Amino acid sequence: MARGALPLIAAFVVAGLVIGPVAAVLWRGGGFTALSPADLDALRFTVWQAIWSAAISVALAVPVARALARRSFPGRSALISVMGAPFILPVIVAVLGLLAVFGGNGVLNLLLAPLGVPKLDIYGAHGVILAHVFFNLPLAVRLILQGWLAIPSERFRVAASLGAPVFRLLEWPMLRRIVPGAFAVIFVICLGSFAVALTLGGGPRATTVELAIYQAFKFDFDLGKAASLAVVQLVLGLGAGAVALLLARGDMLGAGLDRVVQRWDGSRLLDALWIGAAALFLLAPLSAILLAGLPGLDDLPASIWPAALRSLAISLGAVVLTTALALPLATRAGEAASLLGISVSGLVLGTGLFVIAQPFVRPSSIALPVTLLVNVLMALPFVLRILRPGVEAVQTDFARLSASLGLSGWALWRIVYLPRLRRPMGFAAGLTGALAMGDLGVITLFSRPGEGTLPLAMYRLMGAYQMQAAYGAALLLVTLSLAVFWVFDRGGRVDADAG
Amino acid sequence: MLTLDKVTFMNGGFPLSADFTIDAHSVVAVIGPSGAGKSTLLGGIAGFHEQVAGRLTWRGAAIGAVPPAQRPVAMLFQDNNLFPHLTVFQNVALALGPSLRPDAGARARIMDMLAQVGLEGLAERKPAALSGGQQSRAALARALLQDRDLMLMDEPFSALGPALKDRMLDLSVELAKAAGRTVVMVTHDPDDAVRVADTIVGVAAGRAFAPQPAQDFLRNPPEAFIDYLS
Repeated sequence: MARGALPLIAAFVVAGLVIGPVAAVLWRGGGFTALSPADLDALRFTVWQAIWSAAISVALAVPVARALARRSFPGRSALISVMGAPFILPVIVAVLGLLAVFGGNGVLNLLLAPLGVPKLDIYGAHGVILAHVFFNLPLAVRLILQGWLAIPSERFRVAASLGAPVFRLLEWPMLRRIVPGAFAVIFVICLGSFAVALTLGGGPRATTVELAIYQAFKFDFDLGKAASLAVVQLVLGLGAGAVALLLARGDMLGAGLDRVVQRWDGSRLLDALWIGAAALFLLAPLSAILLAGLPGLDDLPASIWPAALRSLAISLGAVVLTTALALPLATRAGEAASLLGISVSGLVLGTGLFVIAQPFVRPSSIALPVTLLVNVLMALPFVLRILRPGVEAVQTDFARLSASLGLSGWALWRIVYLPRLRRPMGFAAGLTGALAMGDLGVITLFSRPGEGTLPLAMYRLMGAYQMQAAYGAALLLVTLSLAVFWVFDRGGRVDADAG
Repeated sequence: MLTLDKVTFMNGGFPLSADFTIDAHSVVAVIGPSGAGKSTLLGGIAGFHEQVAGRLTWRGAAIGAVPPAQRPVAMLFQDNNLFPHLTVFQNVALALGPSLRPDAGARARIMDMLAQVGLEGLAERKPAALSGGQQSRAALARALLQDRDLMLMDEPFSALGPALKDRMLDLSVELAKAAGRTVVMVTHDPDDAVRVADTIVGVAAGRAFAPQPAQDFLRNPPEAFIDYLS
């Protein structure tokens, strides 16, 4: 959007917020430190788990997406909507849900015990991968489903009338085009894994780079090492992010997936099994949270409510700041620049901001504002991905009319951009708010007891083995996250004119 | 008088040259093959395309460096003439300024203009609730209310059926003439040119020719237009 100095200022703010903190950490740490064998192990594990997480997610998504593409059944639309939920589900809530199903005392072990199957343990590398598949299978299904639905239905009719092999003729070329991008996007998401690794991983064999950064800060306060690992993470993230941007096709958050293409091939039973298994895998942990969370609400400590208010404040603040930065940055260059935010370690960003602010204020007193800023930077690439097409459409359609009427500055925003962008802005705001509400990242480093956010309070309850209360907090957190998403998304739709 | 003194407009990498004058209060039809530069000519006069050479003046004052909104120009585009999220009233009100809640005086002028174009009672409708012809009338109302000396029409009625298109063209020219405007309109139809225009500017291969009386142009077209008109 070429609108004077505003895009430039926004770009400087983003670049400053990313580069400044990393530089501050480097300076404070006295420069780079050589990576230890443990750090190299973390690097290897990070890449290894990201490859496996992406590969399993995509491999499972292919049959599920195909089944959804060709089968119509009651609740199909709702199931596809639910598949969008893990994206905004707080990580810590999902982990608790997975523990309830796959944990030592989980449902699965209870069912398998009478059969004499040894107890399954969710902690470790396979737990990290399981959680990543839980989060990313729905994303992979949606991406691949879009590819399937993009194949014109006439081609299936032609193939059916000719008795031609549908997979080789129509599906394989589509998969070859879509799957690498889906793999790359999920790989990038899993590279930056922190909360999952913190709760299910750890130890020499299941530590990600992000978790190693946390440990360098929290236990060793070795800023040089943290900065070195941060640069490794940045290079890895930027490189993989660039590849993902090149390979990814389609709108990963897009709608319009409720269409069914009539098909004449495939086994109904097999499709039903795939859909049923995916639904069970995704819904069981969520149901466990609901079932265990309701009685847990009575056990919530009083400190949960101020924590919930803090999370709500961070969530709303993130919505306002992210929107303010995203609108002027909604260009190709702006979107590319915003990848900096998601590629750099959130923990390093947070620590850098603390290092910068430390001479002026007490670090714990700015834990919440720093968490807010880090969330803004993390949400920015997603928000820009959502807003940019709308902004470009407004420019294409109405730039000349606006110019001929002398609409500029605030009047242009008020009369043209904001009303036209209401729907995507509502969706983006909902996403930002929900992600910030459930974030368990930099707050783990600097918050003092009794001053944390709701996810942190929940994590502390889990750490103290107050599981009943933790389930209650999880239910509260997921309710608030979904409510924030719903309010903004709905707000963008009410009275919005599609024309 | 609109003077294009050895002017070249650049639309992307496409140059269009023009060297002539257009009389004030006249109606000029711009005709020529697709891709010849008709829209570039109008866009250049309106300020949407860069002027890389020559001098563009209106009544002696140079307007080549003036931003679009400050030129003496109201323009009807091929499409997207209305903001779909605003009502007809609000769309027309933008002709008077960026306020969507104008004062009583402005309100009366807007309602009067809507009556002139035959949109009484439709002020509070959104464009999607109007027919194609009614949408064109709303855009015309706004262009007339802008109160600019020059009205440029870049085939704004091309999506309408033939009869409706003719009616809208006639109405536009009639109201513009009554308001003392100079009209420059792009058309593909020589019959339109003869029916409503005083002169024709032919545009071919990046060059706009000087206006000629409409009948003369069609009877005796320049060589570059013989194939096109036949």
